[in-house]
Amino acid sequence: MVTPHRILIAKPGLDGHDRGAKVIVRALRDAGFEVIYTGIRQTPEMIAATALQEDVAAVGLSLLSGAHLTLFPRVVDLMKKEGLGSVLVFGGGIIPDEDVAALKKKGVAGVFGPGTPTDDIVAFLRARLDAAPAPTPKRRAAKR
Amino acid sequence: MTPPPPPRRSAVPRSASAVPADLVARVRRGDRAAVARALTVVTEERPGHEALSRAFFADSGRAHTVGLCGSPGSGKSSLINRLVAAARAEGRTVAVLAVDPTSAFTGGAFLGDRLRIQEHALDAGVFMRSLATRGMMGGLNATIFAAIHVLEAAGYGRIIVETVGTGQDEVDVAEVVDTVVCVSAPYQGDEFQAMKAGTMEIGDVFAVNKADLPEVERAVAMLKDALSLAPRRDGGWAPRVAPVSALSGLGVPGLCADVEAHRAHLEASGELAGRRRRQLRRELALVIARRLTRDAMDRVTDRHIDMLAGKTSDPVTLGGRLTSGRA
Repeated sequence: MVTPHRILIAKPGLDGHDRGAKVIVRALRDAGFEVIYTGIRQTPEMIAATALQEDVAAVGLSLLSGAHLTLFPRVVDLMKKEGLGSVLVFGGGIIPDEDVAALKKKGVAGVFGPGTPTDDIVAFLRARLDAAPAPTPKRRAAKR
Repeated sequence: MTPPPPPRRSAVPRSASAVPADLVARVRRGDRAAVARALTVVTEERPGHEALSRAFFADSGRAHTVGLCGSPGSGKSSLINRLVAAARAEGRTVAVLAVDPTSAFTGGAFLGDRLRIQEHALDAGVFMRSLATRGMMGGLNATIFAAIHVLEAAGYGRIIVETVGTGQDEVDVAEVVDTVVCVSAPYQGDEFQAMKAGTMEIGDVFAVNKADLPEVERAVAMLKDALSLAPRRDGGWAPRVAPVSALSGLGVPGLCADVEAHRAHLEASGELAGRRRRQLRRELALVIARRLTRDAMDRVTDRHIDMLAGKTSDPVTLGGRLTSGRA
């Protein structure tokens, strides 16, 4: 059975601007993904618990309030603790270019600022998630 | 026969590997990560799903399953949020399976029911899973029974199934759960709307939501009127109408009492056995249909359609050949 990938879109923290998240939800659904959206005001703990229950392939975090350097890595760490370290985490919102490197070091695989064409995000997810069946140890080493 | 195309999988190693040997045991201990994994394996028919489904069938029938149907916007998800809180207040564990429609054009889905019950996300006594219909009619997902049995094996005593919500088209849920709650709201139609077939025939409890609105008494009266014109149900259960407000919580204890009363009635009247037999029949039918789809439908190629378009064969002939393993 060819099944769509399941993606969680979440807004951590107290930021209530959800238009961007809704745009992403719509774009991903139109691109053939199954998208779970948990709404605003999610704590990192709630996001990790949701990712666990829904067994998603990727988590997209949307934040416009500037707290990304605190909240995004916290979500990544909590997910690792839950055994979800191999779930892809990506982010978007108002994130200055100078913070992107730090976020990537902390495990955020992709950062998409305002104005990013949604096609780019779709392409990013497809590239990371539509892989062939699990790489053999040899191929995994070659990839690195 | 050409082999099927390789399934599209995520690159996450854990999901492409074989099912861990201890997964069944871990689910039975209530390990939430194991429950999530098992749900994925059975709902996506990943390798090992048949063995898992066989194992968890042993646990079927342990839970009281409650289905919620009703048109979009009637407030099913918000009401489920209240029902979950009520169950937790009584010390019960509860699981929710919420189904939303897959887009026929893109294959994707917006699974938005979870949004309404996120306040329970960190409660270890609540498990919620969102599912897409993936082409199945009737407002449900074809693997719904397998998912229910996983949750039963994990010990959830009450399982709430939320259907897509087209309203009149959801008679299937009656063959999946023990108690059907039909949710409506005021201003959704006049007395003739209430008389139409479909949900009227399958509801055990009718919840008129948004009871904070002025029209609710009229909506309740119309429903009761329409129900009084219907023939008596097997076993003598008279469907109840409960005004509720998911927003304020008004009427929720009454709704819970009605759902409990239906369950008690099923057991006292002996009707539960008959209901369960219908569920088993439906579950078997779904498994058979899946096999036929995999073994026959998935082998349809453009060549077959060419034959039909050119009238060199016909659907009955080709259908017969494909379902008997030929063509």
